[in-house]
Amino acid sequence: MDLQITLLLGQDGITNGAIYALLSLALVLVFTVTRVIFIPQGEFVAYGALTLASFQAGKTPGTLWLLAGAGIVVALIDLRIALAGGARQRIGRILGWNLGYPAAIFALIFFGKPEGWPLAAQVLLSLALVVPLGPMVYRLAFQPAAEASVLVLLIISVAVHLALVGLGLLFFGAEGSRTPSFSDAALQLGSITVSGQTLWVLGSSLLLIAALYQFFGRTIYGKALRATAINRTGARLMGISTVMAGKLSFLLAAAIGAFSGILIAPITTIYYDTGFLIGLKGFVAAIIGGLASYPVAAAGAVLVGLLEAYSSFWASAFKEVIVFTLIIPVLLWRSLTTHHVEEEE
Amino acid sequence: MKKKLLLATLVCTVTASLAWADINVGVSVSATGPAASLGIPEKNTFALMPTSIAGQKINYIVLDDASDTTKAVTNAKKLTSEDKVDALLGSTTTPNSLAMIDVAAESETPMISMAASSKIIEPMDAKRRWVFKTPQNDAQMAIAIAEHMARAGIKSVAFIGFNDAYGEGWWGEFSKAAEANKIKVVGNERYNRSDQSVTGQVLKLMSANPEAVLIAGSGTPSATPAVGLKEKGYKGIIYQTHGVANNDFLRVGGKDVEGTWLPAGPVLVATQLPDSNPLKKSALEYIAKYEAAYGAGSVSTFGAHAWDAGLLLANAVPIALKKAKPGTKEFRAALRDALEMTKEVHGAHGVFNMSATDHLGFDKRAAVMVKIENNKWKLAQ
Repeated sequence: MDLQITLLLGQDGITNGAIYALLSLALVLVFTVTRVIFIPQGEFVAYGALTLASFQAGKTPGTLWLLAGAGIVVALIDLRIALAGGARQRIGRILGWNLGYPAAIFALIFFGKPEGWPLAAQVLLSLALVVPLGPMVYRLAFQPAAEASVLVLLIISVAVHLALVGLGLLFFGAEGSRTPSFSDAALQLGSITVSGQTLWVLGSSLLLIAALYQFFGRTIYGKALRATAINRTGARLMGISTVMAGKLSFLLAAAIGAFSGILIAPITTIYYDTGFLIGLKGFVAAIIGGLASYPVAAAGAVLVGLLEAYSSFWASAFKEVIVFTLIIPVLLWRSLTTHHVEEEE
Repeated sequence: MKKKLLLATLVCTVTASLAWADINVGVSVSATGPAASLGIPEKNTFALMPTSIAGQKINYIVLDDASDTTKAVTNAKKLTSEDKVDALLGSTTTPNSLAMIDVAAESETPMISMAASSKIIEPMDAKRRWVFKTPQNDAQMAIAIAEHMARAGIKSVAFIGFNDAYGEGWWGEFSKAAEANKIKVVGNERYNRSDQSVTGQVLKLMSANPEAVLIAGSGTPSATPAVGLKEKGYKGIIYQTHGVANNDFLRVGGKDVEGTWLPAGPVLVATQLPDSNPLKKSALEYIAKYEAAYGAGSVSTFGAHAWDAGLLLANAVPIALKKAKPGTKEFRAALRDALEMTKEVHGAHGVFNMSATDHLGFDKRAAVMVKIENNKWKLAQ
């Protein structure tokens, strides 16, 4: 193993680590705000990438039907509640977001012919299609059980994951897809070449992390999310809607997931079930951060990425074993050093 | 009144099913899960199979085992005990098929597997008496690759395969075949179907400086190491296994898999076969049927294994019908005997000539070397 190999592996590890970092941030966000361990996080990675690939292949992605279907169900439930509660002023909003928005996307895809669009427009359309699924999933699966225990929420989470993977197979088939890279430019750094897509991944990850930092620190919605994360009851007493906080955190998680998928689709082949393993590695990183600390989770993600890259060189057959074994010493150390107080109820 | 009606209906159904005694064929394929890219075309193929053989109606009961061994066994048990099937077809993968052998032998039901490993039918014993298979053995394909390498004058080769039974099986067969052809194996790496990156493995292989690399994977995931090797500037020859032979592999691999060699069943390049080839007609027939139902370019070699299983049955059922009635133990035994007597059946993948010791019965005609040229499969002359 010479210097060049070390550098190449390091580059590979950091690129993957950046994606894991984004996912671990989303997992920490969703957990702190809603106490949901968001296993379906990875499905948004696959949905984002494969939706984009479908546009490029000139196909209508199946996620469109999912968006339309979920929109109709959400609209029906919310309308019933709104009518029963006499809140007629909400009807317009409910119809607009859950029926009008999918209809607009529908029209855009059928009449706009996204096949010939520039890549950036296709990416935006894919995000516009996949990201709203996040809040809809929250509305349908988690909101009715928002006050349940962490374990119940975890079980719901597993169920949603299995349902979404199954739908993914139905929508996109068993074979994978790749998308063209954002730019063909390459950077020559000494003896190694850094591809344009790698720079895109690193740049976008850093930018997103900075944007999230600003969002939590400076905007009223970000502060509301933080307040809910610190104390749900207290936040509610201060007039923060926990339903809004839940939907917002799922929206962000879906956006981060789908965008991560689009970022790595040119580097690797994405399958309908790829997301789970990527999400799981993000989860290992989130655990390193104790499901609470953003910076530690991000650092953990880079560690996971590097560990993965070097172990694939030294002992490729045991790569996953090494990565997932990492969780055991971390959990031991966590349980020995922290005096955790159950906050439940 | 209602009860009487119900009873009458029940009696009618029972007598009806007794009077007809259709042939029931139980199928377990991996239509979901990691092996779905193989299982889905197999499942599609069963819809094209004849609904009657020698005047007897045939019912196919198709179940999905989700690429899961436990589920495959449950399916096999359900099919043999509840549906009392006369033959068991499946499953898609080697581990699932191996697990189903016990059920087939216990219930004395002939079983035809669509998985590759020779371990399914070898060594022949009391249990494997009931088991047949249609895909070429790993060993046969590994020898085809090693001989091709030897002819091309390749002296050193590196291996990278799936981190599962498929990769392990190929490593076992290929390392033997390479040694027999005096080719030195200088690297042995593993990767996972879902890996985002194989940079580590690729760098390790390249540091051993092999003249050729064999990638043992199936479907689109086997494009990942090929793309990685090209990206890192590997100049040697790349070999793949017949597990990649579907059009999605070409779509995902693009220009990075150009010039790749692989062994495959003749069905992959059926249109390019010379007219003298005995398999051309049977292979083209399957392709025409499949593409008529599922669209041009949709055909894959995996579905053809299921088709061949159907051909074996269609050949054996008339013989067994002369000896016993479907649905009985005697019929299943007669069907097994008839399968073992299969002679000169032209499938999509090869010519079946079975015997008491060989429950596959392929010869060299079942493997051709194929090269990828201009993103198309090209038969090597």
